[in-house]
Amino acid sequence: MAELNISERQAGEVTILDMDGKITIGEGSVALRTAIRRLLEEGKKKILLNLAKVGYIDSSGIGELVSSYTAIGKETGQLKLLNLTQKLQDLLTITKLLTVFDVYESEEEALASFK
Amino acid sequence: MTLDVTSETTELRFPSRIEAVDEAAAAVSEFMNRLGLSEDVAFGVDMAVREAVTNAVIHGNKLDEAKLVELTLRNSPEVFEIRVHDQGSGFNPNEVPDPTKDENILRTSGRGIFFMRNFMDEVDWLPDPEGGTSVRMIKKR
Repeated sequence: MAELNISERQAGEVTILDMDGKITIGEGSVALRTAIRRLLEEGKKKILLNLAKVGYIDSSGIGELVSSYTAIGKETGQLKLLNLTQKLQDLLTITKLLTVFDVYESEEEALASFK
Repeated sequence: MTLDVTSETTELRFPSRIEAVDEAAAAVSEFMNRLGLSEDVAFGVDMAVREAVTNAVIHGNKLDEAKLVELTLRNSPEVFEIRVHDQGSGFNPNEVPDPTKDENILRTSGRGIFFMRNFMDEVDWLPDPEGGTSVRMIKKR
């Protein structure tokens, strides 16, 4: 089984990536990077990452989230995060990235927030 | 991987590849299970070990599988000590920018050492007279 499985759903203009596994150095980080690049190439710039089933993330994975955020921002798109686990929320808090990312606990609210 | 276990110390050696990170974390997890550490402490130690081994494999040994990463776990009544040794030329940890400063917050790397310092009670880097660098991380019991 892959370290990180990513399933894609479409809700209007917003692409939701349901992520299941670990975003860590190597396979997990590369899988996220590849998925985001592909979406941008397809012109999909409104992206919601559902992280409910991401049980583990390391500094490389957090770096990949930041990289995704800036890459999508450069294309005038938006990246938002949904359903952070408590551990991931703690990591984003201590790194002060919780002030950077737009984070939601409700998919409905997250979808409504996209402009 | 070779394994040498005594009552207080475990020493392991890994070739320098990404898989060493998971292998080292699994060994530390097994060691911690025997110590009965709390879930929160175990999470932090696991994270610190993964970051230290990642640094040793990538920045220290530059993914040269002929070079080894050595992991030493030592338990005493006072502390749980972890050493990660690589065969690289070393670096100055004080030159790594603080990733929480406004100007660095969107950097895509540089948070590994921050996590190590955050989750462990003491972290220091020691040049090895025989070559390479060791990082020593301590969690008080």
